Amino acid sequence: MDFSLLFNHFWEFTITGLAFGAIYALIALGYTLVYGVLRLINFAHSEVFMWGGFAAVWVLLAFGASQASGLGIVGLLVVAFATAMAASALVALGLEFVAYRPLRKRNSPPLIALISAIGASYTLSETMGLRDKPFKLLGIDNKMVDYVGRPREASPFGLNIETKRLFHVFDYQVSNKDLIVLGSAIVMMILLDQFMQRSRLGRGIRAVAQDPESAAMMGVNRDRVIRLTFVIGGAMAGAAAVMYLLKVEQIRYNSGFLLGVKAFTAAVLGGIGNLRGALLGGFILGVAENYGQAIFGGQWKDVVAFTLLVVILLFRPTGLLGESLGKARA
Amino acid sequence: MFKIGAPLVAAALALAACGGTTGNSTDAGSKACDLKIGFFGALTGDAANLGINIKNGAELAVTQYNEKNPSCKVTLTSFDSQGDPSIAPGLAQKAVTDKKLVGIVGPAFSGESKAADPIFEKAGLNTITASATNSLLSENGWKTFHRILGNDATQGPAAAKYIKDVLKATKVFVSDDTSEYGKGLSDFVKKDLGSAVVGNDETAADGKQDDFSATVTKAKASGATAFFYGGYYSNASKLVKQLKDGGFTGTFVAADGVKDDGFIKGAGAAAEGAIVTCPCLPPDKAPEFGAAYKKAYNSDPATYSAEAYDAANVFLAAIKAGKTSSADMTAFITSYSAKGVTKNVKFDAKGEPAEVSVWAYKVTGGKIVADQEIK
Amino acid sequence: MNAVSSFFHGIGDRFRGLPRWARIVLMVAAVVFVYFLPILNPPLITTTDSDFGAVLFTCAMYALVAIGLNIVIGYAGLLDLGYIGFFAIGAYTVGVLGSQHAKLPLLLCIPAAMVVTLISGVILGAPTLRVRGDYLAIVTLGFGEIVRLILINAGGLTNGNRGISNIPTPPGVDLFEIPKIRWEGLTAFVDLDNTTTFLKFGVTDSVPYYWLALTLVGVVLFLDWRMQNSRVGRAWEATREDEDAAELMGVPTFRFKLLAFATGAAIGGLSGALFATKQQFINPDNFTILYSVLFVAMVVVGGQGNRWGVILAAALLTWAPEKFRFLSDARFLLFGLALMALAIFRPQGLLPPRRSVRASKADAETEVLEEGVARA
Repeated sequence: MDFSLLFNHFWEFTITGLAFGAIYALIALGYTLVYGVLRLINFAHSEVFMWGGFAAVWVLLAFGASQASGLGIVGLLVVAFATAMAASALVALGLEFVAYRPLRKRNSPPLIALISAIGASYTLSETMGLRDKPFKLLGIDNKMVDYVGRPREASPFGLNIETKRLFHVFDYQVSNKDLIVLGSAIVMMILLDQFMQRSRLGRGIRAVAQDPESAAMMGVNRDRVIRLTFVIGGAMAGAAAVMYLLKVEQIRYNSGFLLGVKAFTAAVLGGIGNLRGALLGGFILGVAENYGQAIFGGQWKDVVAFTLLVVILLFRPTGLLGESLGKARA
Repeated sequence: MFKIGAPLVAAALALAACGGTTGNSTDAGSKACDLKIGFFGALTGDAANLGINIKNGAELAVTQYNEKNPSCKVTLTSFDSQGDPSIAPGLAQKAVTDKKLVGIVGPAFSGESKAADPIFEKAGLNTITASATNSLLSENGWKTFHRILGNDATQGPAAAKYIKDVLKATKVFVSDDTSEYGKGLSDFVKKDLGSAVVGNDETAADGKQDDFSATVTKAKASGATAFFYGGYYSNASKLVKQLKDGGFTGTFVAADGVKDDGFIKGAGAAAEGAIVTCPCLPPDKAPEFGAAYKKAYNSDPATYSAEAYDAANVFLAAIKAGKTSSADMTAFITSYSAKGVTKNVKFDAKGEPAEVSVWAYKVTGGKIVADQEIK
Repeated sequence: MNAVSSFFHGIGDRFRGLPRWARIVLMVAAVVFVYFLPILNPPLITTTDSDFGAVLFTCAMYALVAIGLNIVIGYAGLLDLGYIGFFAIGAYTVGVLGSQHAKLPLLLCIPAAMVVTLISGVILGAPTLRVRGDYLAIVTLGFGEIVRLILINAGGLTNGNRGISNIPTPPGVDLFEIPKIRWEGLTAFVDLDNTTTFLKFGVTDSVPYYWLALTLVGVVLFLDWRMQNSRVGRAWEATREDEDAAELMGVPTFRFKLLAFATGAAIGGLSGALFATKQQFINPDNFTILYSVLFVAMVVVGGQGNRWGVILAAALLTWAPEKFRFLSDARFLLFGLALMALAIFRPQGLLPPRRSVRASKADAETEVLEEGVARA
C-alpha cells in the first residue's frame, strides 16, 4: 500500500477519475431511467453505447475527419455527437420494440425480460463482430475495408485532437480533452435534469415511474413514455460513446460489456431509478477506481469498485440517494 | 491400425453387438494422402484475433504445399478452443481419434496447452506451438511438445538488456496485464533490471481495460525514462496513447505480443518510437512470405503468423518425407533443421527452439521495422 | 403455445398412470440409456468436432450447476448473477488442497470444497440477502468478478494466472474395456480401436468422468427432491411468492433465504470440484462473468423451479454450441437470437413447474370470471 502517491498526485487522480466517471454516469442514466419506469435491468444497454460509438467512427470516416484541423475539428466533433446520439437512440428504440415490448404485452415474469436482454446483448455485439460477413457475400469487402476493418479488432476514432494542457488545478494540468469530456457531460446532465423537471414529457416519465396505473388514469400514454425513456437513455449512451472515443480513441465490438457492468454498478451505487443518484454514482465510481489503483495497484481496480458497492449497500440499502425517479426531485 | 466392425441394424443398437468379421482394410503400403494438420486455438471469442493470425499463417503454408504437390494434398482442420482451457480437452480428445491427423499447430495459449498437451502426449500426437511462451511448458517431459519461438525466459532478459544497454535507461517503469504471458515477461524484466525499476503497476487482462489514467500518473510520478509493458497489443495501443496524452515522455518497450498492425492502428502517432522485442527474424530476411500473406489475406502478417507458417512447414516436410507415424514424426521434428521465415528452425531435446535470436523492432513512420539484434 | 410443456406433462401424466412394475422398468431403461450415451454415440446427437464423452461430461457438470442455481433462483427467488464465484471456489479448493499446497486425496478434497463454498455462501449471503432482489443481482455479479480477480492476484495461494496443474483424479480400477459404437449412416459398427476402460480416470477418456458426474447428479437430484417437498421447500415457496406475507405467517424468511443461498453455493462448489478433477488443470480464465450469465440462462430457459427443466436446458445450452460448431463464429449470434425468441414466444421456459402451470390457468380463470371476457 502506498498512500504517498495518492497524496502527492491527488488532483491528477481526482480529475482523470472524474473524466472517466462522467462516461460511467451518462451510461448509468440509461440503466436508471429504464429501471425506474419498467423495473427492468436493461442488460443490452451497453451494446446501445457500443453501436453509437461505431456510428460516430463511421461518420467521421465518411467526412474524412483525419485530415481536419482547427474549426473543422469542432464541427466534426458536433457531428460525431449528433450521429452517435441519434444512432444510439435508434438502436435503443429498436431494442425496446423487438426485445421488450412483446414481453410486456404478454405480462411475462420479470426474470424472462432479463433473458431477453441478455439475448439482445449477444445479438447486438455479435452483429457488430460479424459485420464483414455481408460485405464478403456481396464481394465489396475490399472497397469497404475502412469501414469493415478486421471486425473483431478495434476501430480507431479517426479524429486527431492534439492534447493541449490548458491550465493548472493545483498539481494537475487540465487538458483540452478533460475539459471537453467533463464539460459536455455536465451540459448533458443539466439539460436532462431540466427536461425531467420542467417539461410535460418529463413529468409523464416521472408519473409512470411513480404509479403506472394512476398515470394511465390521468391520461399518460404508458407506451409512449417507455419509448421516450429508451430514446433518452440511448442518446445519453451515444454521447458517452463519443466521450469514450475521445479518451480511448478506439472501440471494439465487445467494448460495451465491462463498461456496462461498471455503469450499472454506478447506477445501483447512487440508488437505481434516481437520475441524480446515477450521476453521483458514476463520478464516485470513477474517482474511487483511480484512488484504489493508486493505493493498491492496478490489478485491484475492479475489486475496489465492487467492494465499495457492497459496503455502501450494507449501510444504505437503497443506494446513496435512494430510489426516487417518481419523486418530485428527479 | 486394425478395426473389426460389425454392421448392425440401427434399431438393434449396441446391446446386441458382438465382434464381427468385416475388417476395414487400410492402404498401409502406398504413400498416405489426404492427411491433415490441425490448428488448435481460439477462432471465436475474446482472443479470436490472435488465433486467426496463427491459423492464417498455417493455412498459407498448407496452400503453398498443395500448389506444389497437387497429387497428394494436405488439409488444415481447425479446433476452435475459444482460448478456453475448459473447452480444450474435449477437442483434444476428439483430435487424437482422427488417424489422418498427423500434427497440431498449437495450442495457441499456455493455459489451454496445459489442459490439452497431456492428452496429445498420451496419444502421441505431435504439436508445435507458435505462440505459447510459458517457459515451464517444456519441463513436463512431453515428447510430443515442440515450440517454435523463444519462451519468456529468453525474451524477458533480452528486453531488459535492450533497456539497459541501448536505451541506457536508469529509471524504468514496469507494467503487465497479469496474464501468464505478460506477468512472466515482466517478472524477468524486473529481476534483470533490479534497482533500475522505479515503479510498477498492473492492468486488467487484454481488452478488459479502457482507462489507464492511474497507471499514467504513476509512471509520470516515478520519473522513469522507459516503460516496459508485458501484454498484448489491444491494451498496449490504448496504454501507449494515454501515456503520451498524459505527458509521459519515456520510451515504450513491449514484447512480441504487441508486434501487430493492430497496435499501430489503435495507437496512431503515439506508437511512434515504441520498441517491440521479438524472438523472430525481420521480415526482410524472408520477403516472399510477407508478400504472399498480404496477397492471401489482404493485410500484413500479424503477431505469430510467421511462426505458425514455419511450424506448419515442419509438419509438411515430414509428410513429404513420408514420416507420418507418431514416432517417425517425433524423430523427424527432432532432427529437423532448415531455414524458416522467423529463424533457422531446429529443436533441442526438450522441444524448445535450438537457435533463438531476439530482435528489437522500432515503430518508425507507422511501420514496425527492425532495429537491431539483441545480443 | 404450450405444446412443449403439455407434451412433457402429458408424458408425465401417462407415466404416472402406468402400473408400478412398468414404471420401474421404464425408469431403469432410461437411466441405462443415459449412462450408455457416450458408448452408443447415437447419430444426430453425437458431436463431430469435440469428443462426445467430454461434451456429455460438461453437460452433466452444468446440469449439477443448474440444479444448484435452481434452488437459489427457482425455489427461493433470489437472482444470483455471480454463481461462477462458488464454482471457482470449489475448483480452487480442490486445486489448493490436492496439488498446490497439500497432496490430499480427492475424496477428502471434494467435501472440503463443499464446506468452503457453503461457508463463503453464508459469508456473502448474510450481509447481502437483506438488500432487495435487484440489488442482489449486481452485488453477486460483483462477487463473481472479485473471486476471479483474487484468484489472479493472490499468487501465493493460487499461483495466479499460471494456474494449478496435477489436480488429483478419483481413485479408479481397471476392470474391463467397453468398445464404443461407431455409426456410418444408420449402420452401427463396434469400434475395437476406440474403447473405454471401465473406471480408469485417465486424461484421454472422459467417459468415466461422465459416469461420475451423472451419479452425482442423481444423488443431488434426490436430495433436492426431498428438500423441496419438505417444510423447507414450502418456506422457500412462500418467501418467493410474498415475502411479507410469509414473514407474518411466522416464516423466518431471511434464514430460509440464507439456507437456499448456502445450499446452492455448496452444490456450485461440488460441480467446481468435479470440473477441477476432470480438467486436472485450472486457471482463473475458466471462471469469467460470462459463465454466470450462461448459468442464469440455463435456469430461466429451463423453467425456473422445475428441476427437470433446468437439467434439460443445461444439457441443451452446453451441447448445442458443440454440436453446431460448423457455424463457427455465428454461434454466439444465434445463441443470442435463440434466447430472445425463447423469451418472446415461451416466456415461462421450456418446462415450467406444474405449480406455475396450474397458477397461470387459475389466474386466467379468475380473470375471465372477473372481467367476463377471455384474455387474448
